[in-house]
Formats: sequence, structure tokens, C-alpha cells
Amino acid sequence: MNGPATDTPADVSPEALLSGIDAARGQGLAAVAAAATSDELAQVESTLFGRKAALGKIKQGLGSLPPEQRAAVGRALNEAQQALRTAHAETADELAASARREQLQREWLDLTETPPGPARGHLHLVTQTTERLEDVFVGMGFTVSEGPQAETDWYNFEALNLPAAHPARSMWDTLYLDLGERTELGDGEGGEASNVVLRTHTSPVQIRVMEVQPPPIYTICPGRVFRRDTADASHMPVFHQIEGLVVERGISFADLAGTLEEFTSAYFGKAISSRLRPSYFPFTEPSAEFDITCVICEGAGCQTCQRTGWIELGGCGMVHPNVLANCGIDFEEWTGFAFGFGIDRLALMRHGIDDLRDMYTNDIRFLSQF
Amino acid sequence: MKVLLSWLREFAPIEGDPAELADHLSDLGMAVEEMRILPSLDGVVVARVAGLRPHPEADRIQLVDVELPGAAGAGTDGALQVCCGAFNMSVGDLVPLATVGTTMPGGLEIGERRMRGQLSQGMCCSAAELDLGADAEGIMILPGEFELGASLMSQLGLAGDVLYDLEVNPNRPDAMSVAGVARDLAARLGVPFRIPVPVVSETGEDISTVASVEIIDTDLCGRFGARVIRDVSIGQSPLWMQARLTLCGMRPINSVVDVSNYVMLELGTPNHTYDLALVPGGHLGTRRSAGGERLVTLDGTEREMLRGDGLIVDREDRPIGISGVMGGENTEISDSTSAVLLELAWWDRPSISRTSQRLGLRSEASMRFERGTDHELVPIALDRFCELLDRVTPGGVSVCSGRLDGRGDLPPATRVRVRPSRMSHLLGRPFSADEVRALIEPIGFACQPATGSPSTAALDGAAAARTSGDDDQVDGAVIVATVPSFRPDVVTETDVAEEVARHYGYQRLGRTVPRSPAPGRLTPVQRLRRDLRRVLVGAGLSEAMPNPFVAPDAVRRAGIDGAEPVRLLNPLATEESVLRPSLLPGLLTAAAYNSSHRNDTVSLFEIGVVFGSPQPKGADQTVTGTAAAGVLPTETEHLGVIWAGGEPADAVHLTELIATAFGLRLSLTNANDLGGMHPVRAAQVLLGGQSIGVAGEIDPVVCERHGLSQRCAWLQVNVEPLLAAASASAERPYQLVSTYPSSDIDLAFIVPDGIQASDVRQRLAACGGGLVRSVTFIDSYRGSTIPEAARSMTYRLRLQADDRTLTDDEIADIRNECIALATTIHDKETGRAVYLRDR
Ligand SMILES: [Zn+2]
Repeated sequence: MNGPATDTPADVSPEALLSGIDAARGQGLAAVAAAATSDELAQVESTLFGRKAALGKIKQGLGSLPPEQRAAVGRALNEAQQALRTAHAETADELAASARREQLQREWLDLTETPPGPARGHLHLVTQTTERLEDVFVGMGFTVSEGPQAETDWYNFEALNLPAAHPARSMWDTLYLDLGERTELGDGEGGEASNVVLRTHTSPVQIRVMEVQPPPIYTICPGRVFRRDTADASHMPVFHQIEGLVVERGISFADLAGTLEEFTSAYFGKAISSRLRPSYFPFTEPSAEFDITCVICEGAGCQTCQRTGWIELGGCGMVHPNVLANCGIDFEEWTGFAFGFGIDRLALMRHGIDDLRDMYTNDIRFLSQF
Repeated sequence: MKVLLSWLREFAPIEGDPAELADHLSDLGMAVEEMRILPSLDGVVVARVAGLRPHPEADRIQLVDVELPGAAGAGTDGALQVCCGAFNMSVGDLVPLATVGTTMPGGLEIGERRMRGQLSQGMCCSAAELDLGADAEGIMILPGEFELGASLMSQLGLAGDVLYDLEVNPNRPDAMSVAGVARDLAARLGVPFRIPVPVVSETGEDISTVASVEIIDTDLCGRFGARVIRDVSIGQSPLWMQARLTLCGMRPINSVVDVSNYVMLELGTPNHTYDLALVPGGHLGTRRSAGGERLVTLDGTEREMLRGDGLIVDREDRPIGISGVMGGENTEISDSTSAVLLELAWWDRPSISRTSQRLGLRSEASMRFERGTDHELVPIALDRFCELLDRVTPGGVSVCSGRLDGRGDLPPATRVRVRPSRMSHLLGRPFSADEVRALIEPIGFACQPATGSPSTAALDGAAAARTSGDDDQVDGAVIVATVPSFRPDVVTETDVAEEVARHYGYQRLGRTVPRSPAPGRLTPVQRLRRDLRRVLVGAGLSEAMPNPFVAPDAVRRAGIDGAEPVRLLNPLATEESVLRPSLLPGLLTAAAYNSSHRNDTVSLFEIGVVFGSPQPKGADQTVTGTAAAGVLPTETEHLGVIWAGGEPADAVHLTELIATAFGLRLSLTNANDLGGMHPVRAAQVLLGGQSIGVAGEIDPVVCERHGLSQRCAWLQVNVEPLLAAASASAERPYQLVSTYPSSDIDLAFIVPDGIQASDVRQRLAACGGGLVRSVTFIDSYRGSTIPEAARSMTYRLRLQADDRTLTDDEIADIRNECIALATTIHDKETGRAVYLRDR
């Protein structure tokens, strides 16, 4: 070990010490400034601080000064040491920050070219349309009712004022189930029919609601229905309908017209309105056809509406007294109205789809568009 | 139903803009499907054949010199030359000539041109070319009194006429006739309506000496009218009649058939003509068949009768016609017929409907009988027939004096009590008794105040019994309305309300919006079903809607076992003859469709109903509280998910996602040899220990059978218990989050195959008296350091207490408990146990 004596400056005059301090400060600051990396700065560090550093040695020589001179030299020494520490710390921060910047620079990513991530799926158009319709009617104070898709003849026909052999039964091409028991076909098609059919409309749900729920009733019945129709651009043997039913004291035909008008503007927008024309359904009296302003031309007349400005949406009317009676409802006290229309066609209209069958191929190129 | 405005005007002075009239018709419930204003066709004029010459170059064309006063381009003789392919005209005949520049109804423009070198300065027209008749072969020969050079349409009285094609509802038999439409429209317009009384000059002998009618089954036939007409010569009917029939959709045949159809269209009264010479003694009887009788009908087909069918029989009880449906060949009118026996009857509607539908013989006539004809028109229609046949037969006919008019069971006139207060209530606007009368009297309802004895009036079902205390009774405003015979559909007070509304105008009735006393809402299950769909869509699945009808072998092809599926009795096709018992066949088909269109990795879901055979009464039915339990097939709502090109893990992850979304504990338990599934890559989905579905990989053999070469993952869940549990779980209480530090311990076990990992995990989770807060699967490893048919499985357990920091001793105790519990698990078959992995 080198004795301090060998390094002890011969001149320990205050002047000499002060000039030594100055020199060491200058050299130290230069060394700090010269450090280009954190590692180099770490090497410089040992030459700046500690007993072996230039200032450290001067400090050791301080004791040999007379006390009255010591204060001035000590102050200068402290200032020099402080200056070196500050410079060192600042440089250390700068070098660390710069190193981090360089590291991040090397992490470049092309965000425009990433592997595919998780996909989101799509709801079927029929579901989307049904939910939109439900939302409008729920907003108008309706509940949503459901029921079985296979129904007895009673619920699908008889309770709806369509007794067996009623000529109007031929308005629906009915699919019958083969459950063993058969009866003669009521609609004159010849042959036999079972007592159980695939519902041709969602009206049986109305019957079921009226059977169990005392009025007032405000409900809609969306759902799947079945007809013995060969599939073509506008027909499917399986499709979807929404029906509505209101039974309440004092319900009138004007309430029907007003409700359908409110629905029409809520669903289709203010530019579209509704009108009723006399029609015939066995389960309503008076009955009406429910037209809306053509959504393509908004009433001006076009190909779609055959230049009438109107398109036929569905059927409606005041619930036939026989239907109310079949459900045990006193038709003098309570009156009601019902309406119904197709859901599938609304979906087609909204998106300009020409062929109903396209909606049921389950082609992902179709499904993923909506 | 097609009607001409000019024809309507024969019954009422109907005036106005054709489009406005169309609006009135639609608003009255006779929707105008098409309105056609007949072109005046000014370029088609009456010309005279002045000469006929052969074409020098062609056999099938002749040259016609037509005389047309003032025609431009006429030759020195004042005639035009026209090439014509018809040969039915003679010199002197009047024919329609389409002059150069005319646009024909079909769009053809007539120009001057040369045919095989010969000039043609126009075209001689057939009825078909002018849209006025069926005959496309010959040129129309016009009546001699037509004015030479005048416009043909004006001479026919058709120029500017309006043809309406109406959609007539089944409850409007009256609107199946020109007169009926005119009545409704006249009432709307406030103009008088009347059916003119036909004028018949009876020059023949008394009908009772040559013919007789007999109604044997009075429930079949309510009225049977007949007339006899002599000196009939069968020929063409006049052009005006042919034109009207053609425009209204009937094909002109000959004078007798045309008059028959004309009367049917005009008055809505189908009728039938017999050759009197072929009907022994001129006797017509009508009765129901006992079944088995045979008859060759006018179309040359032999028909076998069923019991109850209506028949017309002759004196020997031999069938000569099917009542209201079709006549027999053996009494058919022919060119040699000179005396016609005319039948005009009123038939029982259901009888005609049944027989015509069974025989597939639905005609304009049977359609009118089915809906209901007007029995009061029988004598008028008989006379109208005679009047018209006399008019269209050159030289006239001789009508026997008197009519035969047999009576069977006719429905009594319906009388309906109509309360104006009820009208007001149903229609939402006040109607006075006078207003009601003013609306329904013009359409044939006879109204009287119900001041006398109300009990004489037919009442609206049970309503009538309860009308006491009604305000109407007090002010005597109740009306008794007698329903006209042409409106058999009107039976009740409510039916009258429709007539009131119709003639007041649906559009003029007000619009009010009733408000439900309760707020609208979806049920919890309906909301959760929507949530479920969105969870699925968020998981990358798209919703499919496959056909719920499948082929009988679809079940076997999909490898599903179980009970016989429900069959359709009258399917459209064998491939669609069975109700699906599972969503698997439909989604396989959907995936295969996409695969065949180069989309191999689709992920599709469906929420839909699957069907099963009816269960005995009392058994679990989706629909409860109905009389039909035990009769209807079972309907169960399923969720089905297919991942084409997917892995079983997809199904497991989705199960976990659904569990998380609804706060449910769904677990899996491996299950081999499930129908349709890979033999050893499938699991049951358990909810509270009950199986509610299947997850795993579809049997690759099944996939291949459906044309899918890629592996497919599958998840099927019964939606009803899932959403019921989700609904219950929606109310779960908050679990306090502990503020004390937690500690993790890792445990690695050797788990022999045959022991399922979920068993190990469940044991670990159950340790520590609730202090094990989570068990996380870290890794699974097989290798040389691990025994055969086993894997090393590492779990990380997080331990935490709510009220303190756990001590090292406590943690060590729990660790020991976990090891002890996990290592008790044995594979029952091999006896091998789980043990802690030695590090
Ligand atoms: Zn339009």
C-alpha cells in the first residue's frame, strides 16, 4: 500500500491547496463530460470520489493547515466535490435515458402487418330484425310471448274461428305431423291429417296467452312458422312472423290504426306511414290489410310498389268475438285487436336482398356482412 | 275478378276519374291489382275488303285490297294493298285494319314494308292481336253496320273503357259479379244502383209441358230454377260480347257458352245448359250420391262419386252432371242443339267445396258456389240468359213461357241486432242509428228500429242475452238489420260493424294509441337468451339458421342414437320429412356448404328447437298448463356450436366463457362413445351435477360422411336449464375482497391417464377450508422422466384468508392436506393412483 506520505504534496500552503482543488475540479468535470456510456461513467466515478481521488487527497492534507486557514480551503473543497457530484448525477441520468431510447429504437414494429386476431361473429339477420321489432314494441308497453312450434289443430285453427272444413283453411298450406292418430283432412285436400300441425302462424301463442292471462293483455308473439310452400325467391317452408295482441276494455279499431301508425314511424322512420284497407281473416272482424308507405320511393311510386306508393306489410283487425269466447273472455266487456306480418321480408327490404333463400344457405360470406 | 267500367255503368251512373274510382274500390276492400285504360287504338280502323289476290311468290300469304276512304298512299283504285296470312275473309267483309304508324297492344309498330317483294300498307288484325278475343287464326270479321273508316274501338264502344282487376276477399261473394261491385261502388259514390229487369218475350209453349225439376235432397239444393229455349242456333257471339268476355278473362267459345259465362260474370250466378233433346222428358233431379256412381264429365274424364257428392240425375236416376261443379258429356250442347234446357241453382256451399276440391275441378262456377251465390237472383238470371241469347242469336230464339223454380232448404234471412253504441265502441268514433242506416242500407241491408219485440231478431251470440240496461235500449236506437241474400258472410253484429267501417272508410276512422297499464319488458330468460347470443358472437361465432326439417337418415348419418324422430305426414320432399332431434345434422350441413365454397374454418352456432316424440301426460313438457300435454312433440331449445377445422379445446374454452359470462359453475366430465362424437374426445357438460350438454370433437367418420375432411369441434347445451341457472345466479351476493396478503404454492402430481384432471383440480380447490382461493393450471408434461400412460400436472394454488395473514405453518398444513387429498384419487380400472412428483 502506497503511504499517503509519498503522495502528499510538498507544498501544503493554502494557495497551493486551492489551486490543486481547482485543477482537480476541472479534470473531474472533463472526465465526466468525456464519459460516453454508463460503463465509462462508472469507471470515471472512482477517480472522482473517495480517499484516493484528487480531492480526497487534498482533504486529507487539510488537517495540516492552521485552523484559521482551514475554513476557506474546506469551503472550496466542498464546493468542488458538490460540483462533481452534480455533474456526475446529471450525466448518469442522461446516459441512462439515452441508452433506453436506443434500446426502444431497436424495437420497431410494423403495426400495419400483424397476424389475424380473434374475430367477432355475426347475429343472423332474422335475429337482428326480430330484436329490433321486439325493442320497438317493448318500448310501446308490450311483452314478448312464446309458444310451441308444433300445435294442435285447436290452437292453430279451431280456437281462431277456423273450425274443420272451414273454406278459409285453404289459405294456409299446412304441414301435419305423423304421430299415429289421424283424422280426415279438414281443408278439403283429401286424405288424412293428424291432429297436430306445425303452426302456420304465431296466432296459437295469442290463444295460449289469452287462456292463462286475464286482460289487459299487450303482447307480441315473434317466432318461427311453417307452410307447405316450395322454396323460391319469396317463399320458404320455414320462415318467421311477428304478431301482436291487445285485449283491454274499450279497445277500438282506431286504437289498432293508431298503434300500427306508431309502430310504423318508430320502426321505419317518420317518412313512412301506414294505412288500413278492408280485408278478410276468420279470426278478426273487422279485418284489414296493413300497408305502409313504400320504403324505396317513400310514396312517390316505383317498381317495388308497382307505382302505388304503398307496400303490403301484413294483416290485422279486431279480435273476432268467437276467438275471445274460445279463450273464456267476455267479448262484451273486453275488446281487442291483433296484427301480424313477416319478419324475413323486413330483413330483405332493409338490406336490399332479392332472394329469400340466400338468407338460409348459412354461407359465411352472407352471414358476415351483417 | 276483372270488371269493365262500361259494364259497371249498366247498373249505376258511376262517374269520375278512373284512378279515383280505383282508390274507392281498394278502400272498399276490393283491392285494385291492376287498372288498364283501354287504348283508343285510333290507328285501327274499319276497312272493307275490296279484292283478294294470290301472292305471286308465297302460298301462305294473300294480297288484300282494302278500301279505306281518304287513306294516304292508296293506289289509283283508291285501295291499299295489305299482305295477309289469313284466308277467312271474303270480298265485301268489313275488317279491322291497323294503318301504318299504329302501335299494337303488344308493342308492335306497323310500318309500310314489303313481304316477298309485295307492298304491305298496314295489317289486317285478328281478335287476339287486338287483345279483344281468343281467335288468333282468322281476321276479325266486323258487323256490316260498322262505319267504314271509323276507329274500331269506338265502334266497339271500348275506347277509353277502364278494366279493373280486383282482389276479392273470400267473405265477399257479392263482389264476384259486375253487379255486386257496382252496388258497392254506387253506395260509396252516393248514386242509385239497380239491376235492370230483363225483357223476355215468351213465344214457346208452357215450360211445364216439356221439362220438370225435382229436388230430392233438399239440404243439397236450396233452389233449382230452369228455363227452356228453342230455336237455338249455335254460332259465334257478337264482338262486343266476345270483347267483354275476353277482357274479363273468359275465352269466347260459342253463343250459348258465351251467354252462360256472361250471365255468371254479370250477376254472379253460374248456370248450366243441357241439350233438351238429350234429357229424357226434360226432367232434372238433384240428390246426393250414395257413392260409387260414375259419370263422364264435359272434359271427357270419367269421375267416380263419393257418398254425399251432389248429382244431377235424369228421369231414370242416371247421373248427368255433378251439382255446381261440371256437367256430363251425355247431355252436352253441340252444334246440332236446337233446344236448350237452362239450369240455374243455389247449392249448399260446403258440398260444392268438398266435391270440387276432391275432384280438382275448381272453376269460376264452383268458386262462386263455394263462396255463396244469391238465391234471390235465380229468376232474374234465368231471364237475363234468355234475353241475351235472344239478342245474340241471328233471328232470335223462342223462349218457352214460364220458369221452373224448385225449392229446397234455403237459409232463412239473417236478422242482426245492431247497437249503434257497439259500433261506436268497436270503431272508436260515435255512430248514430241514422248514420249506421245510411251506411248499410245502400248495400242492401233492410233496417228497422228494434222497438217491437227484440227477441224476433237474430242476436249476436251471447251478447244478445246481456244487452239489458244498454243505453241504446233507453233511446230506442237499436236497429234490426235484415242481411241481404247476397251477403251470407254477414251473421253477427260485429260483421255489420265491418260493413259500417268499410263504407264509412277505414281511412276516415280515427287513430288513437292505447297505453298498457304495465311497462313493456322482456322476461329474464328472453334477456339472457339475447346475452347468450352476444357472448357467442363475441367469441367469434356466427349465427346460422339451418332447416329444421331433415332427411329420415340424417339422424343415422350424424351418428345420433335415440328414439325415432317425429315425421311429417305430408312433407314437401323426403329429404325434409323428419323434424330434427338434434342441431348436429343442420350445422354439419352448414359447415359442409361453406367448406365446399372454400371456407374451411367457419365457426357457426344456432339456438333452436329440437323435437322428440310426445311424452305421456305429466311428463316434462316445455309448454305447461295446456290441454295438449301428452299430444304434442317435445320441444327443447338447444345451443349448438360447430368449429370446422377446430379443436376440442375450442368447445372447452367456450364452455368456460359461458360459465364466466353468467356466473355459473359448469364442469366437464370425460365421456366415451357419445353419439356422433369422437369415441374418446368428448365430455359431458355438467351444471350442478346434471348433464346439460356435450363438448368435444365430432366423430371424424361423421364429418367425412357430410363431406368435411377437416376435424370439427362441437358444443351442444340445453338452453333451458342453462338460462334458468343464469337467471338465478344473476342475484348472487358480493364476495368481500380480502385486504390481507396472499401466498402461492405450486404442486406437481403424476396423474395416470384414466384419471381426469378436473378431479384433481376439484380436490385441490376443496382444501383448506375455503382458504384456497384459486387453482391455476400451470402445465402438463409427458416425457422420459414420467411413467408410461401418465402425465405430470402442475397447479398453482393461491391461499388467502379474509381476517389475517396466513402463517408459514398454516400454509404448510394446507399443502399437506392438498397432497393427501389428491393422492387418494385412484383409477378404478388399473388401481393406479395420483402421487406427488418428486423434484
Ligand atoms: Zn315505391
